[in-house]
Amino acid sequence: MKLLRDRLDRIAPYFEKGGALEKLYPVWELQDTLLYTTGDVTRTGSHVRDGTDMKRLMITVVFALIPCMLMASWNTGFEGMRAIAYGAAPLDTWQTAAWNALGLSFDFKSTFHCILFGALYWVPVFAVVMIAGGICEVIFAVIRGHEISEGFVVTGALLPLTLPPTIPLWMVVLGIAFGIVIGKEIFGGVGMNFLNPALTARAFLFFAYPAALSGDAVWMAANLQGVDTYSGATLLSQAAATKGALAGFDWWDAFWGWVPGSMGETSAFACLLGAGLLILTGVGSYRTMFGVLLGTIFMAIIFNITGSDTNPMFSVPWYWHVVLGGWAFGAVFMATDPVSSAFTARGKWAYGFMIGVLVILVRVVNPAYPEGMMLAILFMNMFAPLLDHFVVQANIRRRLERSAA
Amino acid sequence: MASTERETLLDPLINNNPIALQVLGLCSALAVTTKMETAFVMSLAVVAVTALSNLSISLIRNYIPSSIRIIVQLTIIASLVIVTDQVLKAFVFDISKQLSVFVGLIITNCIIMGRAEAFAMQNPPLPSFIDGVGNGLGYGLVLMLVAFMRELFGSGKVFGFSVLPLVTEGGWYQPNGMMLLAPGAFFLIGIFIWVIRSIRPEQVEEDFHVGALSEPGYEGSVR
Repeated sequence: MKLLRDRLDRIAPYFEKGGALEKLYPVWELQDTLLYTTGDVTRTGSHVRDGTDMKRLMITVVFALIPCMLMASWNTGFEGMRAIAYGAAPLDTWQTAAWNALGLSFDFKSTFHCILFGALYWVPVFAVVMIAGGICEVIFAVIRGHEISEGFVVTGALLPLTLPPTIPLWMVVLGIAFGIVIGKEIFGGVGMNFLNPALTARAFLFFAYPAALSGDAVWMAANLQGVDTYSGATLLSQAAATKGALAGFDWWDAFWGWVPGSMGETSAFACLLGAGLLILTGVGSYRTMFGVLLGTIFMAIIFNITGSDTNPMFSVPWYWHVVLGGWAFGAVFMATDPVSSAFTARGKWAYGFMIGVLVILVRVVNPAYPEGMMLAILFMNMFAPLLDHFVVQANIRRRLERSAA
Repeated sequence: MASTERETLLDPLINNNPIALQVLGLCSALAVTTKMETAFVMSLAVVAVTALSNLSISLIRNYIPSSIRIIVQLTIIASLVIVTDQVLKAFVFDISKQLSVFVGLIITNCIIMGRAEAFAMQNPPLPSFIDGVGNGLGYGLVLMLVAFMRELFGSGKVFGFSVLPLVTEGGWYQPNGMMLLAPGAFFLIGIFIWVIRSIRPEQVEEDFHVGALSEPGYEGSVR
């Protein structure tokens, strides 16, 4: 370790002010602080309230994502190979070719096979996001002279988990570039973005290439064309299509996450583990998470009571909503983004609650989008500063009245 | 052409672009730019209306009572728009149908009213006419750029000719659906403004920093 430290220190003068490689200081700084605890702590940023700095904060989120990443690998492999076992054709991709070249069988009962097969799909997406997003980030850091923030690592870890396994890699590049540049850098980088960059990237892909991010055919690493006995549709779209479709599924399947969906979002259990770590360390706000839960319960019960003859989504109970689609992933990792969520404690409750209400509204009433988590969070991102404004004004008024009395 | 006139004509293209700097006329810029053909016809219509309205208003500028000048200006602009609409219907009926209400809505385009108020009311007919042409061209320039990007990336075509063969027609290009939606135009105009202001930093407004709204004394300048 001493050797590494000495090496970094020795090259440091080249990157500091006046050095030959001054422009590339952010790159040196990234290496330095990634390997060692930084000498500086964050000087600005009102969301940091203890001795930690932005980097530890963000890395904690990445740690909290590890269960989801493991599930992303395992479930992508499991769903794909189980579909193949039921008669689907393997996708015509290099992954299948590599699998066959390794001489491995499509054995969905073996955990090792599942993780390896899934990793063939998930790891390239992850790597491409990190490389393409990293290049955008470094370009802006060098031109604008700000640090390369670990916030990007979180964005880069989140985005692949919200994409389907069949997403073409060039779309991933476009998406992350849009998310980093339009969602974050044009507003001044990490801490200034009012939208969650990972969700901005996903929303861009969702509206630019709807065929690749919605429908029934994209959620599995297998070609289900012509297979009648097995469906690759997500539970949400099945529930929206036929009344009582959920009765045919086990709630625990959806909770553990062995259902089709975006790679890392299917398992509510993995998200729950992450939520535990985030709440324990104080990195993610429990207020936001429980706010979303309360909003969801409130709105789902209203729809349950109202009822509808034509729309089967009206009767879906709240405890199903929270394990379906991206609800858990969004509530735990996306809504709690400290930059784009509300800052004040009461603001967070209101912000979370409104996300919960909106997600059920979109899922139940809007016929075009079976899933509403992404749209609900992005929408409330825009209103977070307004909520904060009201909370702060109410506080000022209250204190003025107290001092006047 | 004298240098002031050249300036009146060319200034609105980049230096004082009605869309990029003054941020006027965005509504139609979002609506008619999915195809270059419609954007082109729309640009021509706006050039004609701004130039002629500036000219006519400037001709009678000394006879318009100040208290009813807006109504007089609107009457002239509305008449010109109706004529333009009829001409389009007569000669390019298909495109006129695609432009639907947006030709009629040129009346509400802030650029035209803005130039009449800001320029034609104070200047002689010829400079006013040139100013109208210039501003119409400035609007048209942004429209054509946005339409070019939207048509190229949204449907793989330029002026209706296939440039990037689509996957659905046996080619390789997967069209970007975002470009065909209004937000796509919004992003493009935003990026266009970003590029112009990076090249010419003097166009950037005074710093509007976070928290400015809640500072004492700021209320007056909030619009």
